[in-house]
Amino acid sequence: MKGAGLRVYTALYLVFLYLPIVLLPIFAFNDSTVIAFPLGGFTTGWFAELAAVEALHAAVLTSVKIAVITALVSTLLGICAARAAARYRFPGKSGILGLIMLPLVLPEIIVAVSLLVVFLQIGLPLSALTVILGHVLICTPFAIAILNPAFQSLDVSLEEAAVDLGETAWGTFRLIVLPLVMPGVISSLLIAFTISMDEFIIAFFLSGSDATLPVYLWGQFRFPQRLPVVMALGSILVLLSVLLLVLAELARRRGARRRGALDTGGFL
Amino acid sequence: MALISLTGIDKFYGTYHALRGIDLDIAEGEFFSLLGPSGCGKTTLLRTIAGFEHPENGVLTIDGQNMKGVGPNRRPTNLVFQNYAIFPHLTVAENVGFGLRRSPLSRADKTKAVAEALAMAGLDGYGPRAAHALSGGQRQRVALARALILKPKVLLLDEPLSALDRKLREQMQTELRRLQRQVGITFILVTHDQEEALIMSDRIAVMFDGRIAQLDTPEGLYLRPNSRAVGEFIGLMNLLPGMLRPEDGRLLADIPGLGAIPLPPDLVAHGAAPGPATFGLRPESLSLMSPGGALPTGQFVDGTVTERTYYGDMTYYEVALDGAPDPVTCSMKNLVSRPVLERGARTRLAWEPGALILFPDG
Ligand SMILES: Nc1ncnc2c1ncn2[C@@H]1O[C@H](COP(=O)(O)OP(=O)(O)OP(=O)(O)O)[C@@H](O)[C@H]1O
Ligand SMILES: [Mg+2]
Repeated sequence: MKGAGLRVYTALYLVFLYLPIVLLPIFAFNDSTVIAFPLGGFTTGWFAELAAVEALHAAVLTSVKIAVITALVSTLLGICAARAAARYRFPGKSGILGLIMLPLVLPEIIVAVSLLVVFLQIGLPLSALTVILGHVLICTPFAIAILNPAFQSLDVSLEEAAVDLGETAWGTFRLIVLPLVMPGVISSLLIAFTISMDEFIIAFFLSGSDATLPVYLWGQFRFPQRLPVVMALGSILVLLSVLLLVLAELARRRGARRRGALDTGGFL
Repeated sequence: MALISLTGIDKFYGTYHALRGIDLDIAEGEFFSLLGPSGCGKTTLLRTIAGFEHPENGVLTIDGQNMKGVGPNRRPTNLVFQNYAIFPHLTVAENVGFGLRRSPLSRADKTKAVAEALAMAGLDGYGPRAAHALSGGQRQRVALARALILKPKVLLLDEPLSALDRKLREQMQTELRRLQRQVGITFILVTHDQEEALIMSDRIAVMFDGRIAQLDTPEGLYLRPNSRAVGEFIGLMNLLPGMLRPEDGRLLADIPGLGAIPLPPDLVAHGAAPGPATFGLRPESLSLMSPGGALPTGQFVDGTVTERTYYGDMTYYEVALDGAPDPVTCSMKNLVSRPVLERGARTRLAWEPGALILFPDG
């Protein structure tokens, strides 16, 4: 049979990719502190325990707060940069854009340590704020990379037409540019949010006493009996991620249908 | 007084001199065309009037107001873009009503104005449609309605018909002209299609290389082109090298193949001087005479048909005149009673000296 090898390869690949994720909920409902087969009985106890840990709640809250602000700020910066790259010519443009994109390829540990040195030097206390600064630094290149094509493919004459019909520059941006690049903006917000949510190294160095979720989890691994609780938390996070992704994709498709653009893939 | 007045307009892109000292006055209610080959600066001139390009030198006034420092959104002009620039995320009605967002009209009045604009552009009932799903012709109508709803003093159109197929283009040419008479607004049309410019315009500016080569009515341009370049750009033109020489106190045009004839009086008035010259003769000013047919007035020359192109209503012949270096083209209406000549046929041509156009050499 033609392509049988390829089919087996695909199947194995998918199993390798998703098996660990499928294991999460299995152990989250398993009535044993040991993460191993054979399974014990069924329990929802780990979820109940999850609800009782104060430090965990604080970590989740910190992470969400940091991720939301990071997503907003880096997307805003991304919009400005992508817009400038698409519309204006200025000296040193490619050099400047290259520098902005650099954190994309720099080892994160280097970025984290450098930032730590800088913050200590200028006397900025480590907190959620310093994590946000670090996360904006690494998320902005992603935002630009996502937003750039959206702005590049925007027809200049649409903006000129709006101005010609009496709109101001700001009105044109709000009424014409923003709706047309909205799918890119939503993608950028989501990606930045996700990156910030599970970023560990920068958060580990810069969070001070405001532990983010990954930093908190890292601390929990020292106590094996807490592992099932972590599994329960992981299951919830996976569920939320899938939900978020589906919502984003629905929004994107609706946008694409309204503009009659060809549906070219997107996330899903 | 002119509605739009340009004086000494210069526009540079870097070191490239795109507009070179443009002087132009356009009257209120005029259908004006900018005609020229690709890259001659038509779009640049139109965008300068609209306020998107800023000339380095010169003065542009609209309705007596100097437009320096006045943005496109505050000029009494509206532009129909070459690609129509329809907002894809809005409906047809939202597109057409876009310019009314900042007007003090009540909501009901705005809805009424949109309905009227749609009706005027032949788009009755299209209001709720999504703009991205329209055909080329419909997009063009939306762009027109959107620009006209603001009742601008001047409507600027950048090759609005070039994307349409031939049938639709001819229909829209008639319709645009009708619309212009109906609303009485000044239209400035950019086109590289000389036929379109001739059909639609009150006056035409022919542009070459950032300059206005000639500014005239369609008839004036066709019958009295002021240079070889304009003559060749508009319609078909036979160019015949010859001499002007004085004899018995008057000028004689000596054209190999056509003979020596006294220069017609209006060409004398044109300031003709003795020396080498190029003469222009439109194909329809030369007519083939069937053998033994009645003799029309004018001059006669003999020649041989070397090529024949059939267009249905017309036939174009290439005829090698006896004693002329190059063949001439002549066009004949196809009538049932008129036989079509084949290649190689001997024929006699009649022509009228009054139709000669003189291009002084150099
Ligand atoms: N933004 C620009 N930067 C640099 N050069 C330009 C720019 N816009 C136009 N030009 C140049 O100016 C000249 C005139 O351009 P323009 O668009 O006015 O020509 P056009 O007569 O409208 O031609 P077409 O019929 O092809 O549209 C061209 O040589 C073009 O390359
Ligand atoms: Mg052009």
